[in-house]
Formats: sequence, C-alpha cells, structure tokens
Amino acid sequence: MGKNTGGEAETVDQFLDSSLDSVDSAEQLVLDVARKAGFQEEDLHKIGMAVRESMVNAVVHGNQYSAHKKVRVSVSKGQDRLTVTISDQGKGFELEALPDPLSEDNLLRNSGRGIFLIRAFMDELHVRRLSPAGTEVTLTKYLIRK
Amino acid sequence: MSVKLSTRQVGDVTVVDVAGRITLGEGSSALRDLMREMVSKGQKKILLNLGEVSYIDSSGIGELVSGFTTVANNGGQLKLLGLTKRVKDLLQITKLYTVFDVHDDEAGAVRSFA
Repeated sequence: MGKNTGGEAETVDQFLDSSLDSVDSAEQLVLDVARKAGFQEEDLHKIGMAVRESMVNAVVHGNQYSAHKKVRVSVSKGQDRLTVTISDQGKGFELEALPDPLSEDNLLRNSGRGIFLIRAFMDELHVRRLSPAGTEVTLTKYLIRK
Repeated sequence: MSVKLSTRQVGDVTVVDVAGRITLGEGSSALRDLMREMVSKGQKKILLNLGEVSYIDSSGIGELVSGFTTVANNGGQLKLLGLTKRVKDLLQITKLYTVFDVHDDEAGAVRSFA
C-alpha cells in the first residue's frame, strides 16, 4: 500500500485481489479517508455504496474473479473533494452502450443498476479504457462544509 | 453481519423477516435460494419484512425484482413491509417503488393479500 500525506492532501493506493472480500476492503479503505476528510454519515453511505458497486464491476465483470488480475484502488482527499479511482485488467466496456435501467423494458431486469447508482450517489463519474487492457473508473464527491 | 432470514406463517401469508445486508455473494444468494424454495413449495402469498435490513446493493435490488417476477409468474404475490429510509430511497431512484406493493404495518399488509 502506498500512502502519501502532506498538508490537507492525502492519497492512498492499494492493489487488491479479484475477490468479493476486496469489495469490503476497498469500501473500508475509502471510508476511512472520507471520514478524515469530513464527510458526514449520509454522504459516507453514498460513497461506500458507489465504491462497492464499482468494485463489484471490476471484480466480477472486469477481472472475472481471475487470480492473475488485480484491482487497483486509489483514494485522494483534496481540500474540497474526495476522488476514488478503481482500475481493473478486464476487457472494458462502453458507458454509452449500457442499457437504461429506468426504461420500461429494463425495469424488471435482475441486473444493470450498478453504474446508475454510482451516478446517483457521486457528483462525477468518469470511465476510460486502459492500454493494453482494463477500465479505470474515477468517482468524485465534493465536500460541502456546513 | 450478512443476511439473516426467518420465515413465519400468518394465516395463509408467509412472512419472511430479513435482517442484515443483502449484497452480492452470501446475502443475495441466500434470499434467492429461499424465494425459489418457497415458490417450489407452492407458497403464493409472500411478505418480505425488510425492517431490519441495514444495507442493500444493486445485486440485492436485483434479487427483490427477481423474487417479485418469479412469484408473480407462478401465480402468486410478493409484497414488501417496513422499508428503511435507505431502502425506500433506493427503490424510488430506481423507479421500483411503485412496482412493488409496499406496506408499513404488518396487519394491513397481511389483509391486503385477501
């Protein structure tokens, strides 16, 4: 694990196995940083949920539980935001190609709501393909001090 | 804590008390297995009491939908009881809140099956 702190900025980096246990580990890792950043309970719940959904995508759909592939989780605490980057080594996907889970045809599908929930719970979501393989998902939540 | 499921009979309605986390893995598969078992036994009136559910992810939502359609396809009804605010919020943003028949009190929920 890499950890780099200085002033108010902090970045933590981890490589995790492609297993469901890593979903819990990533959630804890991110929530520890988010708490220190000053996020309150409701936002912590949303951040945790978005991280879990992203990790499930990386482990299940990206790396397909491969023992030879890792998921990289990086979380950065800035002055006004938390940024989480989750990268897998899978085949990748097109964000625009994902079906809309709110459309009538898809409403009763058993799956396909993960990215939709991430968008609902975070302020920003960016997805990019990695070379030679993999997907990097970046989630941002802004800290609104009350 | 993962999910804890216990069933009880109230008249001809099977009430499933669900507690803990319904997430990908043990939680959602336990719920799926129980729903399939109930359907295979011919139970047609199923009330899922989610009052003690602390956390549900997209996989858990998928299992609720799957249970709803499986029970309906077998001529039965699956209804929800006692949603926490977080579960209610999730069902609302996924537009599923109006798909399910949701109740706040058990007696009223049981009567609604008649």
